[in-house]
Amino acid sequence: MSVLIYADTINGKVKKSSLEAIHYGSKVASLLGTNAVALVINSSDNLAELGKYGAAKVLKITNDKLNAFDPQLLTAAIAQAANSAGAKVVVFAHDSTGKSLASRLSARSKAGLVSGATSLPNLDGGNFILRKNVFSGKAYADVNILTDEKVISLMPNSFPVVVTDASAEVADFSADLSALTSTLVVKEVNRASAAGVAPLPEAELVVSAGRGMKGPENWGMIEELATLLGATTACSRPVADIGWRPHHEHVGQTGIAIRPNLYIAIGISGAIQHLAGVNQSKVIVVINKDPEAPFFKAADYGIVGDAFEVVPKLIEAFKTLKANN
Amino acid sequence: MKILVCISKVPDTTTKISFVDNDTKFNEDKVQFIVNPYDEWYALVRALELTEKQGGTVTIINVGPADNDQIIRKALAIGANDSVRIDGNSNESFYVASQIAEYAKTQGYDIVMTGKETIDYNGAEVGGMIAELMNVPYVSHASTLEVDGGKATMKRNIEGGYETVEVTGTFVVSCQKGMAEARIPNMRGIMAARTKPLTVVAPVNVAQLTSIKVFTLPPAKAAVKLISPDNVAELVNLLHTEAKVI
Repeated sequence: MSVLIYADTINGKVKKSSLEAIHYGSKVASLLGTNAVALVINSSDNLAELGKYGAAKVLKITNDKLNAFDPQLLTAAIAQAANSAGAKVVVFAHDSTGKSLASRLSARSKAGLVSGATSLPNLDGGNFILRKNVFSGKAYADVNILTDEKVISLMPNSFPVVVTDASAEVADFSADLSALTSTLVVKEVNRASAAGVAPLPEAELVVSAGRGMKGPENWGMIEELATLLGATTACSRPVADIGWRPHHEHVGQTGIAIRPNLYIAIGISGAIQHLAGVNQSKVIVVINKDPEAPFFKAADYGIVGDAFEVVPKLIEAFKTLKANN
Repeated sequence: MKILVCISKVPDTTTKISFVDNDTKFNEDKVQFIVNPYDEWYALVRALELTEKQGGTVTIINVGPADNDQIIRKALAIGANDSVRIDGNSNESFYVASQIAEYAKTQGYDIVMTGKETIDYNGAEVGGMIAELMNVPYVSHASTLEVDGGKATMKRNIEGGYETVEVTGTFVVSCQKGMAEARIPNMRGIMAARTKPLTVVAPVNVAQLTSIKVFTLPPAKAAVKLISPDNVAELVNLLHTEAKVI
């Protein structure tokens, strides 16, 4: 028996959300009295390092058929690896790749799936109960997986990673995909986010701004604040719709749902659709000149004031903090 | 072109969420139900745009009891040609996906479309499950879909950017913002929807894989701590020493 974690990579490097999944998977494994096995595809990274995050073993697949993101072929490869590792639980990160793969694997193996899990399993009474958010963050559901084989996708940024100095055993695994063909071709991959900045779903700190900024030319101070904090920038829907900011920055119900440690909302009123995408943030700071803005009801800290006056002061205050620490 | 659009019945976005039966069931009392917005605004409208331009049919499919006919009629009023309701009842994705896949396998659809997720259970599961059960490609979180002859091209949103993906043959796509603009049904559409076909199909047996033990509401949020705009350093101090997030 084992717990298998699918570790997704970007340019051969394991993603942060997958490192969280490995660490989470190792905790699930110890609850079950077994080991965590990470599965990595087409990476030339030093995979023994994944031991630091809790993987006892790494299965490494090298196969040209798996270079592009084709969920059909990847699911077949993951199912073979899970079988070979005797995995009873397979863990993914709940991101753009994990969502596609976890659902396919669940249907393929008739294994119960909890997607977007935010807790370790509760095994009391022979159950396997995981918590997840439902109703766009307005409630939680505790879901019991009834099947012997289980699939979990872990909500990014919900399970902090603890690093040790352990090292994992790396073994090659050969997936047999010879009988499979796919009609899906990835023509282009375009990642716009700046080097070194975490993509939104993985970001721990997010600085977000809305219509209160009055125009795209005023985003300089938002970007300055974000850079200073090492935060990722985001925006509200109207701002993405009128083209002030790129669509991949749009957080909210129709955009991306995020759960950073800190969400700073500047000049965003906080419509229910926006809150649905950010209400799982651990700490919310709202800066808005309208004291009646609904966002203040969902905020931990607030400043009623003009963004054009408050944000420059905030930048200075963060600089002072940085200088003193 | 034959397109199948999967729709889910969900509580309206502004619904106050509560539970009954010892917090094991969603309280449907006085709740306004709607077509899941991603299914309606993006999957359905894009399907209609494609068939209006290139010819073909759009069929609506929903898995649920007779109460759901109301939202199926809404989707027909927006413009779909006909509809199917699988007469089963479950909030489990695998059940829903199995029913849809079982039906779709026999009907020769070119494209099966879903929303990126439902706004009630937020699983983003059904599309991938249908694709696996039909053994066809799956493109999730697509924000565009163009069809040219037998080839479909989609932009799929990924963290911090997008991928451009091409597929030939039958496939499943989950749709999100960017795909199309919401349409409001007009009076003619509403009248026509009354007589459009709604076929009720008996469900197949599907094993239950998960069960919801209990729902919980999040603890009430403490009142916001307001800081004077003249004392911004205090906010930074609180974030550092009290919230410990920076």
